[in-house]
Amino acid sequence: MSDESTVILDGTGIRRALTRIAHEILEKNKGIENLSLVGIRTGGVYLAHELAKRLEEIEGGKIPVGEVDITLYRDDFKGQGLHLPVGKTHIPFAVEGNRVILFDDVLFTGRTIRAAMDAIMDHGRPACIQLAVLIDRGHRELPIRADFVGRNVPTSIKESIAVRFDEDHAPIEVVLEK
Amino acid sequence: MKSFAHKDIIALRDLTKEEIELLISTAENMREINNREIKKVPTLRGRTIINLFYEASTRTRTSFEIAGKRLSADTVNITPSSSSSTKGETLADTALNLLAMKPDIIVMRHAVSGSHYFLSKKMPNCSIINAGDGTHEHPSQGLLDMLTMKDRFGKLDGLKVAIVGDITHSRVARSNIQGLTKLGSHIFVAGPPTMVPPGVERLGNVTSCATMKEAIQDADVVMMLRIQQERQGKTLMPNTREYSRYFGLNPDNLKFAKPDAMVMHPGPINRGVEMSSYVVDGDQSHILKQVENGVAVRMAMLYHVCGGELE
Repeated sequence: MSDESTVILDGTGIRRALTRIAHEILEKNKGIENLSLVGIRTGGVYLAHELAKRLEEIEGGKIPVGEVDITLYRDDFKGQGLHLPVGKTHIPFAVEGNRVILFDDVLFTGRTIRAAMDAIMDHGRPACIQLAVLIDRGHRELPIRADFVGRNVPTSIKESIAVRFDEDHAPIEVVLEK
Repeated sequence: MKSFAHKDIIALRDLTKEEIELLISTAENMREINNREIKKVPTLRGRTIINLFYEASTRTRTSFEIAGKRLSADTVNITPSSSSSTKGETLADTALNLLAMKPDIIVMRHAVSGSHYFLSKKMPNCSIINAGDGTHEHPSQGLLDMLTMKDRFGKLDGLKVAIVGDITHSRVARSNIQGLTKLGSHIFVAGPPTMVPPGVERLGNVTSCATMKEAIQDADVVMMLRIQQERQGKTLMPNTREYSRYFGLNPDNLKFAKPDAMVMHPGPINRGVEMSSYVVDGDQSHILKQVENGVAVRMAMLYHVCGGELE
C-alpha cells in the first residue's frame, strides 16, 4: 500500500450503493424473472453475491449467480505474456435467453468488460447483458458504459483503486491510492 | 504471482513441484471449456502448432490437436508416412525446414529418448512439447494421470500408487514417478524381473516389489502398463498367457488394493493380457476419465509454454 491512500467509500457506503443498485436493477427489469448475475473474478464475484442477497430480500425468490474468469479472453497477451494463472469460470445456469447482469468492482478501460462479454456469449446467447459496477473511474478505451454505477470517481491515470474484502468476502472499503 | 517460465515441456523431471501444481490447476479450470456448447476460447489465436508424430498415436495426437483448436491455435499434423523422413531426411533438417514456416509450438513424439532436447536447441524461438520420446518421458500423460488422481482424492500427498508391467520401456511410468514423487506420493512398481530396471528406486520415491500382490497391497491407485511389443525383444517374457497369470489385473487380485482403489491405464489396452475386461469396464476403472482429462491438461501445457520467457 502506498503512503497516500484515501478511503473513498466505507463499508456502509458500499452497502448503501449496492442497495440502490439492487432497486435500480429491479426497476429497469421489472422484477427478477429471467434475471441472473455474473461476477468478474474475483472482486466482482463477491459483490455479485452481495447484490443477489439484496435482490432476493427485496423481491423474494432466488437469483442464480455465476462467475467468469477473463484470463483466456484478454487482449494483451503480447504485453503480459500468458503468465497469468487461469481462474475458474462457473456459470451454473443456461445463459440462453437470460437477462444477465454483469458485475465488476471497478470499471476502468472497459477491456475487462469486453473480455467478459465474449466469455458469456460463448456460453449461449443472452436476451441482454447489463453492466453494474461499484466504481466507475473513467479512462475508457472501448465504447462501453455501465447501466448501474455505485459511484463515479474521477481519477488520474496514475492512481489506482482497490476494493478491499474481509475473510468472508464482504466488502470493507474502497481505497484510492496515488 | 505464479508463473511458468519454461519455453518447453520435455520432462516432468525438469519441472518443480509448484510448476506441476500450476499446470494441474490450470487444467482443472480449463475443463469448463470442454463442457460448453461453444468449446473454444480465443487465447492462442494466430499461433501455429505443428504436431510431429514419428510414432503411431491416436489418443495423444487427437488430444493435442483438439486442445490446440479449443484454444484457437492453428494445428497442423505431420505423420511419418506422409513426411520426408521416409525419404531419408534427418530430424535436424526437418526441424530447420519446419522452423522456416514459423511455428510457435512443436508437439513431437519420437522413438529416440532425448530427441526433444536436441530439437529445442535447434529452435530457440519455438516451444517444444514432448508427446513421448522413446523410453524417457511422456509428460502430458503423467500430468493427466495426476489430475485424474487429484479429482478422486483431492490431493496426491501420501497416496500409494502401484505401477505394474513393463517399467523398463515405459515413458508413462517414468513421467508418473517423476511427477508423483514431487507431489508426495509413494510409488510401488512390479513386473517381470526382465522388465524392471535395476536401480528404479533412484528415480524417486519408488519401492520395487517382487510380486504384483506386494505392489498393489492397500494401494489407492493401481496403474497398469501395456506390454510394449514394439520396443522390446522377444526374450523378455515366455508368452502373454504367462505374463497375464503373474502380472495381469483381474477382479481377484484387485481385492488386495484398497476397496475403492482407482484403476488406471494409459492405453491402448491389451484386453485379457495386462487387464481383464471385467476390470477395464468395471466400476473402479478411471480409464476414460483419464482420456477426458487429457484434453484439458494439454490445453494447460500449450497455454503455459506460450507464456514462457524465450531465452
